[in-house]
Amino acid sequence: MGQSLKALLAREVLLARKQGGGLGAALSFLLAVIVLVPLAVGPDLALLSRLAAGLMWLALLLAVLLTADRMFQQDLDDGSLDLLTMGALPFELITLTKAIAHWLMVSLPLALIAPPLALMMNLDVASLPVLWLSMITGSLALSLLASIGGAITAGLRRGGLLVSILILPLYVPVLIFGVSATTLMMGPQTATPSLLILLAITLLSLVVAPLASAAALRTYLR
Amino acid sequence: MWKDLVLEAKSLACERGGRTIFRELNFAVKSGEAVELRGPNGAGKSSLLRLIAGLNRAAEGALTLGGATHEIAELSHYIGHQEAIKPALSVRENLDFWSHFMGGNTQNALVPFKLERLADDEAALLSEGQRRRLALSRLIAVKRPIWLLDEPTVGLDVTALDDLRKVMQSHLNSGGLIIAATHATLGLAKISTLAIGTTH
Repeated sequence: MGQSLKALLAREVLLARKQGGGLGAALSFLLAVIVLVPLAVGPDLALLSRLAAGLMWLALLLAVLLTADRMFQQDLDDGSLDLLTMGALPFELITLTKAIAHWLMVSLPLALIAPPLALMMNLDVASLPVLWLSMITGSLALSLLASIGGAITAGLRRGGLLVSILILPLYVPVLIFGVSATTLMMGPQTATPSLLILLAITLLSLVVAPLASAAALRTYLR
Repeated sequence: MWKDLVLEAKSLACERGGRTIFRELNFAVKSGEAVELRGPNGAGKSSLLRLIAGLNRAAEGALTLGGATHEIAELSHYIGHQEAIKPALSVRENLDFWSHFMGGNTQNALVPFKLERLADDEAALLSEGQRRRLALSRLIAVKRPIWLLDEPTVGLDVTALDDLRKVMQSHLNSGGLIIAATHATLGLAKISTLAIGTTH
């Protein structure tokens, strides 16, 4: 069982590296936000500093969403999904593994790059570690929730719009607590409660997302 | 290698999109036997193979595998029209993945279908027939008793067809089962024909 999942994870990572995954597109989206926001809201440093964390979170969230619809599409089209379900492995473990591979190859790199980029919008250096912590935690939830959307739209052409409509509501709690962790740093409270709630959301999606995506994909296979 | 396996179908019925494709289908396949499915397009040959592989559900009836403790799907190879090949990966990487995933061994698995020379090429460069040969190589890399082949001969040239025949024959000799949907002649020593979809 472990060997099969390891093989799947290794293939996903190799595939993302070889065919470029979605990381390139997501990263350029992130960069576009950094470049365009100061032009849109003006060069007011105090204003940018207040907006920085929130905008980075928003950009991260949308960038991850951008790659969601391709998560299971190829595997469904080329028949890989058929073979993946034929083994003794629970299908939920397969969707979980694919979501984790997506996190490793797309969301996690974005979560690591985004906070330093926020410095370019005059983010307070002191809040950098908290932003990093909240983004790394939250990005796993983003990948897991994206896998639900990817699974539901796997058999649809141009499912991108549907993914956004389906998944955005689920992203709202992640966004709220991810941002509040960093903005609270500026006030008297500590960031801990928000970070803990964010962690709870991530753990919850770790349980629910594989079940939901497996159920969605089964409807395509049967 | 395998003995006394019996795959048995009892009054099997299949529905697709609310329409009955076939029903009251009965057959039994034993170790060392091959069955070719014959029938017009749309008769349900592919549906039957997917049903045996556990990818579709039977509307009625049951499939049993005597002589084994595992599920049928876990002991089966399914080679469908889609080849489960990733164009971005090399031939070897493609085969390695499925073999590791299914718990097999890729040593020499590229030899029977003469793919060794292409091992490091991207699968995107393969021709139709070569893709088929790569998919069929899974049969060798991972040892499983039941082979479910959907039009295995499509795109194969004369030599590859001959290779396939040899591989299938040695599988039958070691006690495996083969169920193949095909319009071509497979030319195996011991093969029976199951006609489906002729009743209506």
